[in-house]
Amino acid sequence: MFSYFIRRLLMAIPVMLVVALAIFLLLRLSPGDPAVIIAGDMASPEQVASIRAALGLDQPIYTQFFIWIGNMLQGDFGTSLISQTSAMTMITQRLEPTISLAIAAIVFTVLISVPLGVIAAWRQGSWIDNLVMSVSVVGFSVPVFVIGYLVIQVFAIELGWLPVQGYRSLEDGFGEFARRLVLPALTLSSVYIALIARMTRASMLEVLKEDYIRTARAKGLGQRLILFRHALRNAAVPILTVIGTGFALMVSGVVVTESVFNIPGLGRLIIDAVLARDYPVIQAIILLTAGLYVVINLLIDLSYAVTDPRIRY
Amino acid sequence: MHTPSQPQVLPARYRLHGVISRLLRVRPRTTTLIAGTVLALIVLIALFAPLIAPYDPTELSPASRLQAMSAEHWLGTDAYGRDLFSRVVYGARISLAVGLGVALLTLLIGLPLGLIAGYFRAVDAILMRFMDGLMAIPGILAAIAIVSLTSANLWVLMVAITVPEIPQIVRLVRSQVLATREEAFVEAAILMSTPTRTILWRHLMPNTFAPLIVQCTYVCAAAILTESTLSFLGVGLSSETPTWGNIMSDGRIYFQLQPSLIFWAGLVLSLCILSINLLGDAARDALDPAMKRRES
Repeated sequence: MFSYFIRRLLMAIPVMLVVALAIFLLLRLSPGDPAVIIAGDMASPEQVASIRAALGLDQPIYTQFFIWIGNMLQGDFGTSLISQTSAMTMITQRLEPTISLAIAAIVFTVLISVPLGVIAAWRQGSWIDNLVMSVSVVGFSVPVFVIGYLVIQVFAIELGWLPVQGYRSLEDGFGEFARRLVLPALTLSSVYIALIARMTRASMLEVLKEDYIRTARAKGLGQRLILFRHALRNAAVPILTVIGTGFALMVSGVVVTESVFNIPGLGRLIIDAVLARDYPVIQAIILLTAGLYVVINLLIDLSYAVTDPRIRY
Repeated sequence: MHTPSQPQVLPARYRLHGVISRLLRVRPRTTTLIAGTVLALIVLIALFAPLIAPYDPTELSPASRLQAMSAEHWLGTDAYGRDLFSRVVYGARISLAVGLGVALLTLLIGLPLGLIAGYFRAVDAILMRFMDGLMAIPGILAAIAIVSLTSANLWVLMVAITVPEIPQIVRLVRSQVLATREEAFVEAAILMSTPTRTILWRHLMPNTFAPLIVQCTYVCAAAILTESTLSFLGVGLSSETPTWGNIMSDGRIYFQLQPSLIFWAGLVLSLCILSINLLGDAARDALDPAMKRRES
C-alpha cells in the first residue's frame, strides 16, 4: 500500500511538469513584453531593461523556466501586473466563497443524485427510471448559466423565497450565508447531479445482478438494507471515479455560477484577470486548479483500496 | 513463384460505409426522431438566416430599445434596440460553425496522434504523459487562457475549444488500436511486411470509426456549450457578434426587467445541445449493443 502510494505520487510529477511547461509557454506566447507592461508608458529604455533584469527576463528561456519552477516550489507564484500584490494572496482572499459554493454543491449532489440513481436502478424500466434518465440528459445539456437564471426567476423573483444574487461571508452570520448559497449551489450541482445519478444507476445495475444480492434477498433481508448496505457500498467505486473526472465540470460550473450570482470567488478572479490580461494571476490559478485535479485523482485512486477490499496493491 | 496475396480486409471506405449503414438500419426511437427534427430545423435556420431574419442583427436603433414582444419585433428588442429574433436566428450560425469546426479539428489532430500512440510504443509513453498533463487543465480555463492571448476571432476560439478536447479522442483511438493490433489479421499483415502506413490506414484506422463517430457528436455538443459559456462570460467573440452566449450576456443586466432577453437564446441553445447529445446517445446504442445493455 505504501509503495503504491509512493509510486502513484511519483507518477504525478511528470504530469505537473507538463502542465507547468504548457502554462509557462502560454505566458511566453502572450503578446507584449511583461517588463514594458509593468514599467508603464512613461518609462525610459533603461528602466525597462532594469525591470527585465529584475524579472530574470534577460536569461535564456530554459533558465527562466527553471527559475520560475524554483520560485513556485518556494511558494512564490508571481505578482499581479495590475495590483502589484502577490498572486497567491489574491487567490487566498477569494478562496472562501468558492470553497463554500463547491462544498454546498457536493452536499446537494450526493443528497439528491445517489438516492435517485439507486431508485432508478431498483425500479429499472419503470416510469421513475425513465424520468430520472430523461431529466439527467436534460441536466447535462442545459448550460449552467441557463439553469442559474431559471432558478433565479422561479425561486427568487416569482416565489421570493431567496435572494437574487450576492454573497455574504460566513463571518456575517450563518443564516444569511446559507440563504445566499442555496441557489448558486443548486445551480452548480445540476450537471453533477445528472452525471452522478446516471453513474450510480449504471453501477447499481451491475451490482444488483450479483449472486450475493440474490443471497441477501433469499435470506429475507429488507429491501432498503440490500440496496444501501449491500449494493451501494459495492457500487461506490465507479461513482468515486466520476467525481474525479467530473472535476473539470465543477471548475467550469464554478466560473459560470459565480458570474451569474455575483459571487466574489476564484471564478470571478480569473475572468477579471483575463479581461485585464493579468498573466501571472491567470497562470497561478490554472496551475493550482491543475494541481488540485492531480491531487483529487490521486486520493480517489487511493480510496479504491479503502472502499474495495478486493483491490490490494 | 508464389506471391503472397494481401489478407482479406476491406478498404477503409467500405468500413466507414459499413458504420454509416449500420446507423441507418436501426429503426430510430421517437426521441431520436424529435432530436433530429429539432437539429435539422436549427441547421436550416442557420443556413437561411438572411432570409428568415427580418432585421440586420447588428443594426443599432436607440429609439426602439428594450421593446416587448410585438408584431414588428417578434421577440422584442435588446438594450441597443437590436431585433432579438434576428440575433437569435443569426446566433445559430456561430454555434453550429463552432460545434462542427471543433469536432472536425479534434478528429483531424486526435486521430493521427491516437494511431501513433497506439502503434509505436516508444512514442506512446511520452505522448500519453503529455496528454495526461493537458487533461489536468480544466477545459474552460485552458480555453479562457488561449483566448486571452489574442483578440478572439472564430479561428482562435475554435482552436481554444479544440485543445482541451484532444486528449479524450487520443485516448479513445489509442485504446481501440491497442485492442485491434493483437488481432490475427494485423499480425498477418505485419508478417507479410505490409508497409506500416498501410497497416495504420487500412487495418487499424477503420476499426476506430464507430466509437469516434459517437465521441465526435459529444465533442460537437460540448464545443457549442463551451463557446456559449465563453461568450456569456464576456471572453468569447466580440459582443456585437450575434451568438447565443453574447445575447444572454447582454441581456443579463435587464434580466429582472425583461426575462425574455435571455430566455429565448437560452432555450434555443439548450435545445440545440440536447438534440445533439440525444443523437449521440442513439448512435452509441446503434453501434455498440453491449453498451446499450449496460446503460439502459
